[in-house]
Amino acid sequence: MIDVLFFAELQETVGNEKVSMEADGMTVKALKEKLSAAYDLSLDHAMIAINQEYAAEDAMITNGDVVAFIPPVSGG
Amino acid sequence: MGKNYWITDKPIQVNDCIAKVIRPKAGAIDTFIGTVREFTKGKRTLYLEYQAYAEMAEKKLAQIGDEINEKWQDTETAIVHRIGRLEISDIAVVIAVSTPHRNDAFEASRYAIERIKEIVPIWKKEHWEDGTKWIGDQKEKTSYQEKLPTEEEMSDD
Repeated sequence: MIDVLFFAELQETVGNEKVSMEADGMTVKALKEKLSAAYDLSLDHAMIAINQEYAAEDAMITNGDVVAFIPPVSGG
Repeated sequence: MGKNYWITDKPIQVNDCIAKVIRPKAGAIDTFIGTVREFTKGKRTLYLEYQAYAEMAEKKLAQIGDEINEKWQDTETAIVHRIGRLEISDIAVVIAVSTPHRNDAFEASRYAIERIKEIVPIWKKEHWEDGTKWIGDQKEKTSYQEKLPTEEEMSDD
């Protein structure tokens, strides 16, 4: 199992800040596609962080990872 | 005492940030203070709501401090960002950079705020009289109704 974190608008769309799911061996890209379909999300502009570091589309997800969808940031 | 990069849900005390970078080798401390603006291109903000991926945000703030140390010599940086509901004129972010000479401190604090807007997972939600919006969601910028701000109005410089 992995934990998937959502923030800002994505969190409101999903209705949860955290979702646990099976994703061992999936790429970031595949997870994006799966969640886009499941929650009717547009994740095109979201970056992904695996265990608090930004990850590329082809990065592999393994059990125990914490994966976060990071919509364009607006701090400051 | 404590860390140089942190997220807080309490009002920010500017001196807490400055105190982190005071040291004998410094001849300059530049402080940037970001506050909540009431009007953006004529549109009134009632209040802002900030959210952060706090653990990662603190790591990314520390990364900015490391980047500053690579670009300018002998710097000490501290950054604090507030989350939760902020009223007009509340302090959202404070950056303090100390350096031996003033020019580096000015440049480095400018660099820090620009990088915050690029890589630190913090989001703000505008609360207007006629609606709300998480800012930074570029895909939505084309879909504003007439009453909501244009893309230019949303840009936060």
